[in-house]
Amino acid sequence: MIQLKVNGVERSFDGDPDLPLLWYLRDVLGLTGTKFGCGMALCGACTVHQNGKAIRSCVTHMSATAGKEIVTIEAISGNGLHPVQQKWIEFNVPQCGYCQSGQIMQAISLLKEKPKPSDADIETSMSGNICRCGTYQRIRAAIKAAAGENA
Amino acid sequence: MSDNILNVSRRGFLQGIVSTGALILSVRLVPEFLWADAPAPGSHADQAVLHPSVFVGIDTDGTVHLVAHRSEMGTSSRTSVPLILADELDADWKRVKLEQAIGDVRYGDQDTDGSHSVRSFYDTMREAGATARLMLIRAAAQQWGVPASECQSNLHVIVHSASNRKAGYGELAAAAAALPVPKKEELQFKPKSAWRYIGKGASSYDLTDICTGKAGYGMDARLDGMVYASVEHPPVLGGKVKSYDEKAPLQVKGVKQTIPIKPFTPPHHFQPLGGVAVIADNTWAAFQGRKKLNISWDNGANASYNSDTYKKQLQETARKPGKVARNIGDVDAAFAKGGKIVEADYYVPHLAHAPMEPPVALADFRDGKVTLWTPTQSPQAVQETVAEELGIPKENVICHVPLLGGGFGRKSKPDYAAEAAILSKALGRPVKVVWSREDDIKFDYYHAVAAMYMKAALDEKGRPTAWLQRSVFPPIGSTFALNTTYGEGGELGQGWTDLPFDIPNHRAENGSAENHVRIGWFRSVANIYHGFAAQSFADELAHTSGRDSVEYLLELIGPARIVDVKASAPEYDNYGGSPQDYPLDTARMRRVVELAAEKARWGKRKMGKGSGMGIAVHRSFLTYVATVVEVEVDDQGEVKIPSVHTAVDAGLVVNPEATRSQFEGAAVFGTSIVRSGAITAKDGVIEQANFHDYPVARMNEAPFETNVYIVDSDAPPAGVGEPGVPPFAPAVCNAIFAASGKRIRELPLSRAGVSA
Repeated sequence: MIQLKVNGVERSFDGDPDLPLLWYLRDVLGLTGTKFGCGMALCGACTVHQNGKAIRSCVTHMSATAGKEIVTIEAISGNGLHPVQQKWIEFNVPQCGYCQSGQIMQAISLLKEKPKPSDADIETSMSGNICRCGTYQRIRAAIKAAAGENA
Repeated sequence: MSDNILNVSRRGFLQGIVSTGALILSVRLVPEFLWADAPAPGSHADQAVLHPSVFVGIDTDGTVHLVAHRSEMGTSSRTSVPLILADELDADWKRVKLEQAIGDVRYGDQDTDGSHSVRSFYDTMREAGATARLMLIRAAAQQWGVPASECQSNLHVIVHSASNRKAGYGELAAAAAALPVPKKEELQFKPKSAWRYIGKGASSYDLTDICTGKAGYGMDARLDGMVYASVEHPPVLGGKVKSYDEKAPLQVKGVKQTIPIKPFTPPHHFQPLGGVAVIADNTWAAFQGRKKLNISWDNGANASYNSDTYKKQLQETARKPGKVARNIGDVDAAFAKGGKIVEADYYVPHLAHAPMEPPVALADFRDGKVTLWTPTQSPQAVQETVAEELGIPKENVICHVPLLGGGFGRKSKPDYAAEAAILSKALGRPVKVVWSREDDIKFDYYHAVAAMYMKAALDEKGRPTAWLQRSVFPPIGSTFALNTTYGEGGELGQGWTDLPFDIPNHRAENGSAENHVRIGWFRSVANIYHGFAAQSFADELAHTSGRDSVEYLLELIGPARIVDVKASAPEYDNYGGSPQDYPLDTARMRRVVELAAEKARWGKRKMGKGSGMGIAVHRSFLTYVATVVEVEVDDQGEVKIPSVHTAVDAGLVVNPEATRSQFEGAAVFGTSIVRSGAITAKDGVIEQANFHDYPVARMNEAPFETNVYIVDSDAPPAGVGEPGVPPFAPAVCNAIFAASGKRIRELPLSRAGVSA
């Protein structure tokens, strides 16, 4: 039995310990905001926070989540919108939007570590997240704007 | 349109769904006989009190329900098309509720491809909006006992200024519904000066839901009692299962059973590929179960497909006379007269669409009917394909269209939806088929691999006196008919038979090529390889002649004029646009070249060592685009793209912000094509599988900054989703030549030794 916390709720899991967290979130809990893109940690669509840091849920086995606190896009803002989500809306970042949950989770994690990231910091942190529609320019602008509001 | 608007309230259509006495009109885009059979979708728009077309319903509380009948895959079609109706209705966009149409012939064309959602439905939306607005005005006038001509709309209310009276749309809906439908001749369209939304645009209707993870994509569809399926497809096109292990997959926890899917009957069309499905209680278990199937395959004839050999064949074919698709003057006679002869071969490999959301479909078959939720660019194609596979009438196939996590043409082909329907019928319960990324890359309808041969004769000033071009590629038609080896008029009309250059002797040819994989539309389609060859060759000629690339390009385009393409290319179809509304106008082409060059400060910037600019211009989907790309090439041959300047003349632009996004995105999509995109086959098996061996552009590889300049135009609306792609690759490669002296004639760069 694996005990973990997802979006503030205590959960127990007694299925296959090799099951990736992604499919637990999506298929078992019905938290579909976290997306499947590649299954190999190559695209970042499945990014969630584990103890406050961005991880790729598609390669994180349930066995590795024991005792951990997982937060997904559905709960990242609490009430209202997270400042990063606000900037995403202000800059009209998404096109198809499928990758954007992962992009936003990655960006929030970046800004936690580096409240004032340089262009190089942004590239380093965000280049693991693929956007096939090509919204990178707006992602960068939205992150910078969000950073601009960091005290 | 009056002839096309029917009062169907007395014909039993939607009876029992709408309020008593409600008027139900529908825009008739299909033959009348289809109406009786059209399924009642029971949408909010249909149920609203005032429902003057299939696209709009107005409730008594003033809510305006608009139907989005085009698929949303990131281009904002779902927002931009209803926005046109809202404008002409003079509705408050904040009080509009969008609902996504199911697949239904009543809506007319729902194929969200070819960059024509706005173009094809601009008039329809305006007429539907103006019809509803006039009915509201007449209802108000009747109530107040004043002439309708004295009443006006003003953002969700009708106003009679003389008596200072006003009434909201909701208050008037029931009275309006009792009125006869105005004829088209009676409609008064808003003048441009009164437009609220057209030309100003609006953010995506789904923007906040997307940013909060609430938006519903096809991948997110769920039904009670559903099971998950993953299909092991034949590794070679046309392969068949000889034997497999039914038991071993059951060792995986969560796997329930295996079900074979029969192979397709050629031509493959949108039929499933066949193979074996593993059914499980979660997606991952279904993936794992496949690894234990131990299938023995009969690979069939396409196991002979090897990309290296095939490439040589294409290139040899391109060097031999082909089928003439366009002819002007006499190139042979002109070549015989001499001049400086320049020849070049170009090559573009297969590409995979790789939308971030892989193909997926949820199907629920019961009582002879099947309901699907699937991210599709063509819900009516889903209906047709599934009906054929299950042997049921297509009216018994209900296709819901959630958001698409990207499409790029892949999701125009509903083979994956047919798989879900077949499995749901076999199991008698809802089944969700999920393709892995590996399935997506290995079993795509690939962008055609293509070889082009170019030859020109130049006079003493470097001007071409003759220009011969041949392209060879396995055509998309091979997906629909056996033994199709030549491109059709539509394919060749994409940047090949419509070359707008002012050259006295010109011939465009097409050579024969057999397909060994499924070939399909891919964002901007044949324009990619045709544009790459033509625009790279133009730049080569400029440099050969010692001329400035922009100046030379303008000279090639020649004076402002309308080019009658069909006169020299009888099968040219102009993207279905009439030559009157959408002529090939070189003045517009010249303007985008001049604008892009000016904005990029072409010739005015001092470029450092290893830096350079390149330009390309291309008209596709009736839109004119010129792109200037700046590159930096370092000592290792690594390429960076600091800036892109793109000028766009797409006629009237409804949603400028969404349009800019499309062109920014096209630059990134183009970067993937240039840098790294290549699908290859060995013994009929695709060699790539996921983003490690089929890389697409990441933030650190994409252009740092793409600037988009939209030409203010009163020409009819044209495409914006695709036209940014074709000029991008040649512009990059022309820039690489300017920066490094290395001419790129084969894509991607990673195979040309320029960039990793």
